[in-house]
Parts: sequence; structure tokens; C-alpha cells
Amino acid sequence: MNKSIVIDGKNIPFEDGQTIMQAATAAGVYIPHLCHNPKFTPHGSCKLCTVKVNGRNCSACTFPAAEGQTITNITQELNDDREKITQMLFVEGNHFCPSCEKTGNCNLQAVAYHLGMTDNHFPHFFENREVDASHPDVMIDHNRCIFCTLCVRASQQEDGKNVFSISGRGIEKRLVVNSESGLLKDSDLDVNDCAAHICPTGAILIKRTGYKVPIGQRIYDHSHIDTITLAAEGASHDE
Amino acid sequence: MQQFIRQLAQENDFQSTRLLKILRAVQARYFHIPKAAIEQLALILSIPRTQIQNVIEFYSFFHLEPRGKYDILISSSITDLMVGQEELINYFSEKLGVKIGEVRADGVVSLNNTSCTGMCDQSLAGLVNGYALTNLTKSRIDEIVENVNKQLPLEQWSSDLFTVADNIIKPDLLLNQKPTQGEAINATFARGLKETLDEVEKSGLRGRGGAGYTTAWKWKFCSEDEGICDIEAQRQKQRYIICNADEGEPGTFKDRVLLNSYADSVFEGMTVAAAIIGATQGFIYLRGEYLHLYEKLEAILAVRRNANLLGKNILQHGFDFDIEICLGAGAYICGEESALIESLEGKAGIPRNRPPYPVTSGYLGKPTSVNNVETFLAAANIAIHGGDWFANLGTAKSKGTKVLSISGDCAKAGIYEYPFGTTIQTVLDDCGATDVLGVQVGGPSGTFISNDEFERKLAFEDLATGGSFIVFNNSRSILDVVHNFSHFFAHESCGFCTPCRVGTSLLKKQVDKIVEGHGSAGDIVALEELCQLIKNYSHCGLGQTAANPVLTTLERYPELYQNMLKKISYEPGFDLDKSLETARRMAHRDDAAAHLAQVE
Ligand SMILES: Cc1cc2nc3c(=O)[nH]c(=O)nc-3n(C[C@H](O)[C@H](O)[C@H](O)COP(=O)(O)O)c2cc1C
Ligand code: SF4
Ligand code: SF4
Ligand code: FES
Ligand code: FES
Repeated sequence: MNKSIVIDGKNIPFEDGQTIMQAATAAGVYIPHLCHNPKFTPHGSCKLCTVKVNGRNCSACTFPAAEGQTITNITQELNDDREKITQMLFVEGNHFCPSCEKTGNCNLQAVAYHLGMTDNHFPHFFENREVDASHPDVMIDHNRCIFCTLCVRASQQEDGKNVFSISGRGIEKRLVVNSESGLLKDSDLDVNDCAAHICPTGAILIKRTGYKVPIGQRIYDHSHIDTITLAAEGASHDE
Repeated sequence: MQQFIRQLAQENDFQSTRLLKILRAVQARYFHIPKAAIEQLALILSIPRTQIQNVIEFYSFFHLEPRGKYDILISSSITDLMVGQEELINYFSEKLGVKIGEVRADGVVSLNNTSCTGMCDQSLAGLVNGYALTNLTKSRIDEIVENVNKQLPLEQWSSDLFTVADNIIKPDLLLNQKPTQGEAINATFARGLKETLDEVEKSGLRGRGGAGYTTAWKWKFCSEDEGICDIEAQRQKQRYIICNADEGEPGTFKDRVLLNSYADSVFEGMTVAAAIIGATQGFIYLRGEYLHLYEKLEAILAVRRNANLLGKNILQHGFDFDIEICLGAGAYICGEESALIESLEGKAGIPRNRPPYPVTSGYLGKPTSVNNVETFLAAANIAIHGGDWFANLGTAKSKGTKVLSISGDCAKAGIYEYPFGTTIQTVLDDCGATDVLGVQVGGPSGTFISNDEFERKLAFEDLATGGSFIVFNNSRSILDVVHNFSHFFAHESCGFCTPCRVGTSLLKKQVDKIVEGHGSAGDIVALEELCQLIKNYSHCGLGQTAANPVLTTLERYPELYQNMLKKISYEPGFDLDKSLETARRMAHRDDAAAHLAQVE
């Protein structure tokens, strides 16, 4: 077990079966990501974690680490493009950070800051999306969903339920709730479910907890997402 | 309805993998998938209702709201536009008394656009309740309108409306073969399975579906064993052969003709492949637009079963194999092999993460070889005649011949077969194309070549093509072509990954902006930058090629784009005055002061 890959010139050990993301996180190397969470099966959809493996673009969260890989991760080119992919997510939905409860705790926002994003660059879609406030304890603001499927996976893999799903094709994609009425209140979701707390953006929020942590004391108010993520996800690998 | 659904599920052994087939039957009977049907199916198939909802919303031919009893779709491929699609669909809409995209108030008829239906040599094409309509003209439209208004059952419509011609114009090596039933299977077993695989390798045959992967290698990988001998490993041995007949690339229609007139050889190619890799089950994934072929193909399969060319102990060679036909439901992405497999499993066609590749983990997680229709046809003939017979034609890197579907501005549109290495000019001369502006080789995901490049060759190493070959003469506008193709990709993106989902829609808007004359100086730089982003970061081949129409034309005709730009440095992407329309309506105003002039 002394196999290794090279990321940005640094030797990173890996074990068979590990993805590039897993090997990097375990070694304290941050690869920007949004749809990945080490607790769940990787999805590979946001494409923020794209790295160059021997010159070819690959999603680090799904691509297996293998001997002989020379990988670039933090380069001007990759980070510029990651910024544009993040901007795509911002214009696709309706993200008005100053009026969002998640601000400061939001991974989308934090990644945007980390990549130095200062505007939305692309024209907005201004999609008309709904809010589902039917559940007594949890609400969905579809305006902020980035289709990362973390809530879908958390419900299936952690809660043993099947509350969420992504439906539709192309730009018509949307988050749907598994209940006859389609409303959250008629689903099996419980406020203590992992799926209610996993959303990286402000799309799924817990009611009556708003602004309990004041702005200025929130997760990303004082540290960058790379430090925070490595502390959280590096640890969960060791479990 | 409960009774109907229950019986339908039973006929399909309560298998959720048959979800598309079940939903096709529900849609045909109720003109949509009623909510109650979703609930009942979720229960009896033991799948979440959201899986069913997702499938309905993903495929163009399923609907949550009722369509008309006669659901009419008009193909909006570039070749349809070239014969006046826009005018004819408007004529249709007016005569039927229904707006495009809507259902007539009496519920009898609905009308809409659809992506290329694979009839580009007999445009204008369409579908009525899934059955192909060809050569639509005003008089044929009048006839259809009359049939609809009389509510005449489809069986009583003139069969002329549904005639689909083969138009085989230039047959060569493959299309001249008419082997007898069983010839390829017998030749394979006489020579030996391994020896036949060697012949396929010697033939140099590469996949005809676009990617051009060496067929013999794919079969070899698919047949390799883990080597462990226990019961689990035995069960692991289940393998599958899939024939990819999704043929969704606009301008491609050769697989339709191969299945109409060479189906026996295609089935035989599948059987030979199955024997080689050790598969006992095969599927044909037939695009929904080719529903008209379904019964004919079923009949041929039945004949083959009777003749022991399928089934148990085929021709006494001690090998079992059968083929099932599965219909798609309107989704170009399902031509991508892993999306196709998802679709066969009764799900939305979303491309999988790779590795693992289908050859190690495909249908239901088992090793699977997905090959194009033409690949199987070639393999059957190679099994009979040997590898050299095929490899004698073509170039060093591209052996044998390629079947082309030629359409657009030429005297004789149809099917042409050429040895690889043939120049574009030869093809243009043969099909009677004059005054040519350029050719789209390989469909929207391929390359637009200009009239300076006609000495280039058909070959994987030069101009690769799955078969689409669309000719444009000098009366055509390249930007119209780009506009049509950009809309196609935005409509067909599966939406899984960010760069393709958001990017193809942004690209569509950006192309619209420039084509409609609202572009300004920075817009071309922005366009190119967006194209690179989509191309380099998308998850699958759809996204990776979706920007090709812009990239290949921008490279050749930069001035064309430049000329569309306004002489100002920035133009907003939206029309300011138009955005005030709602406000004006609410205020009951339409006077001059209620309008804004955009600053020029
Ligand atoms: C968006 C997309 C659409 C495709 N459509 C088709 C198709 O309609 N028919 C086909 O044979 N291959 C299609 N392919 C290629 C398949 O993924 C696969 O490579 C092919 O079926 C393999 O068969 P072959 O090796 O015989 O070419 C498509 C690929 C992509 C990315
Ligand atoms: S979810 Fe995040 S990015 Fe979206 S509006 Fe809220 S704070 Fe902003
Ligand atoms: S609701 Fe949140 S967790 Fe669920 S898919 Fe949308 S962004 Fe991801
Ligand atoms: S984190 Fe890898 S694709 Fe989203
Ligand atoms: S949806 Fe297929 S490439 Fe993104």
C-alpha cells in the first residue's frame, strides 16, 4: 500500500477503490465541489470538481485514482472555468443572497467567494419557481435548488426513505417530492432526517431556526470553504 | 382503468424494467398518463412514484396532461425547415384550428414540433400517434385534417400517407449481400467462435454508431471472465447484447432502412456476437419514431424463432439466445450507450459515470456490448466472408465501407454506401448536388465543412460520421443551420450536468441574440468562451459536441458572425420594450409614451 498519484506536483497516497477526491481529501488537498459529500455515493453532476488527469478533464469525485496519474487541480484555467460553472448555477436559479437565510452557511455562496466570483457573468433565466412551505418543520425554496441530489441520496442512503427525486429533462429539471399530492407535508420527511439538513444551498431550510446564528458568526464568515471542508470531510473519511 | 393497468402490468410480469413499454400503452389509451395510473403502477411495480413521474417528464412522448386523440408531431430538423416546415406547420395549425403546442378545445387533436424523425429524404415528415407520416404537402395536410375531423381511425387513413421509402441509391459491399437465413450463424460455428472473433478483428471493423471503437476488442472485453468459479460467479456470467437503433442524430436514417430491408442480417449479427461473448439475451432499442417498423420486426423475429435461428439450442449448436424489441419514447440522449441501458432498465436516460464501462457493468450491472445496427450487419457478413473480404476496402485506419444517409440540397436523397477514403466531392457528384455551400458531415454533433474542403475524405482519421450527410446550397444561411442545431441540443440535453444543462440553454439564447441581430462587439468572444466551457466540461458526448455547430462555423466563417453584430459595444440580451408588455396590458395603455425605444 504505497501507491500514489501526483496532484499539483505533490505525491498523494491512495488505496485501491478510492476516487481522486477521496485520496485528495484524506491527504488534506481541497478540490472544489458541490454535489459531493463523502457520506454518499458520488453523483458527478455539478462538474466543479473537474481536474486534469494526464491532460484530460475528469470529475475527481467519481474518477478512480490509479497509479501513473499526474493531476492538476488548482490552476488558473481550472479555477476560471469552475467560476463560470458556478455562475451558471447562479443564473439558472434565483439566488438573492442578502435575503437568504442560508447566507454565510451556504456552500454555493462559499465556493463562489473562494473562486473569486464577483458577478453572475451570464444572463439570468429568471425562472418562476415555487416555495413549498406545507410541512410543519421544513420548507423547500425551489429557487435555490442546484439539482445536486444530496437530499435525494441522503434520504435513500441515510434515512432509509425515498422522499426526494429529480425529475424532468434538460433545463426543465426540478426537485420533486415523493407524496401523492407532491407536497412535502404528505411525504415521510421528518425534521430530524439527514435529508432535511444536507442541502448545500438555501433550498431546504428548517423552519423557526432562521437567524439563530447571527450573520457574522456563520460558518464561512471567517474561514474559506477549503479549510472548513477539509476539517469536516477529512475527518469523516477516518470514521 | 384499474383493470386495464393491472392487466398491462401482469402482461409485463410486473417488471419495472418494462416501465416504458407499460407507459406507452397507457399513453396510447388515455392520451396521457393519469395520476391514478402513476399511483397504481408505483404500487404494483414496487417502485417510487417519483421514478414514474421522472420517466414521464423525461421522454417527449409521455404526457402528464392529455394530448389530443390524434397527437400530431411535425419534425423540425433542418431538412424539414428547408422544405418550408414553418409555413406548412402554420398551415396545419390553421386548418386544424389548434395552436402549435396545444390541444384543440374538443380534445380531438393536438399539434407540436418534434426533433428529427429520421425521414430527411422524404421531408416534410411527422408522426400521428407515433406512426410516421412522410412527404407532407398542403394537399396531404388537407387530407389529414379531413380524416381527423371525421375522426377516422388510423387504419382507415390512406396507406399512402404512411409510406416510408428505402431510397437505396448506391449499394456497395454490404448492401449487395443477401445471405440466406442462418448462413452467418452456421459459418461462425463451422469456423469456431474464437476464430470468428479473430476474423472480426482482422476485418478492422470499427463501431458505426459514431465513436468508432474496434468491435472485436469490445466483444473481447465483454467476454472476459473474472476467473473465479463459484455460484455467484456463474450468475455473474449473464451477459447482454444490445443493438442500438435509437438513430437520433438529425440527418441519419440509414438504420431505419437497414432494419426495414436487412433485418435478418442484423439479427444474425447480434446472434453471432451473442455466441462469441456468451450472451443469452439481446435487445433492440428502437427509437419511438420508428414505431412503424415494430410489427414487421416482431414478425421477422417470430419467423426466426420458428426456424430455430433464435431460442433454445440454435441450429443444434448448443447455444440459446433470444431478442426483445424495446421502443424508446422521444429522447436523443438514449442513443448514448449508458443512457440507453438506463432507459432499458425503465428509467430516465441519464448517462452513467464511467468507469465502469458497459462491457464490465452494463444492463442490470452485467457485462453488455452495445453496438450500432450497421455494425451488426457488417459483422454478420464478415462471419460469412471472412475478415479480408471487408478489410480489402477502405483506408489503413478505416476498413470497409460506410452507409450514408444523404439529404438536403441534392437531386437524389437517400442511402449510399462508400468505401472509407471516398472524397466528399465524389459523394456530392453522385447525389447530384450543385452550387454547394457546405456539408454537415456527421449531423449537428459533427462538422460543417465549406466548399474549400471537398477533397477531404470519409474516414475516422479525417471526417468521421455515423452516417448523417446534409448538403446545403448557396441559397441557404449558415446561421439558420446553427440556430436550428443549437435549439436541438438545448431541447435534448438530459440535464444531468451543469455545463450541458445550463450551457446549452445559454448557448441557444446567445445564438438567438446574434441571429436576431441583437449581438454586439463582446458577444462573439462570449459565445466562443461558452462553447469551450460546454465542450470541455460536459459529462457525456451530447454536451461535448453540442457546441460543434457554432465552433465549426465560427472557425470557417468568422465574418458571417461579425456581420450580424450591431455597431455598439453592448446590447442587453432582452428587449426592454417587449418586457413592458404585461405592464401595458395591466394599465390598458398602448400609446407612444408607454413604449421605450432601445438606444441604438
Ligand atoms: C448523444 C449521443 C447519441 C448517440 N446516438 C447513437 C445512436 O443513435 N446510434 C448509435 O449506434 N450510437 C449512438 N451513440 C454512440 C453510442 O454511445 C455507442 O458508442 C454506440 O452505440 C456503440 O456502437 P458501435 O461501437 O457499433 O458504434 C450516441 C452517442 C451519444 C453521446
Ligand atoms: S442559497 Fe446560497 S447562493 Fe443561493 S441565495 Fe441563498 S445564500 Fe445565496
Ligand atoms: S434541494 Fe438542496 S440538496 Fe436537494 S437537490 Fe436541491 S440543492 Fe441539492
Ligand atoms: S463534486 Fe464532482 S461533479 Fe459535483
Ligand atoms: S447532460 Fe449529457 S453532457 Fe451533460
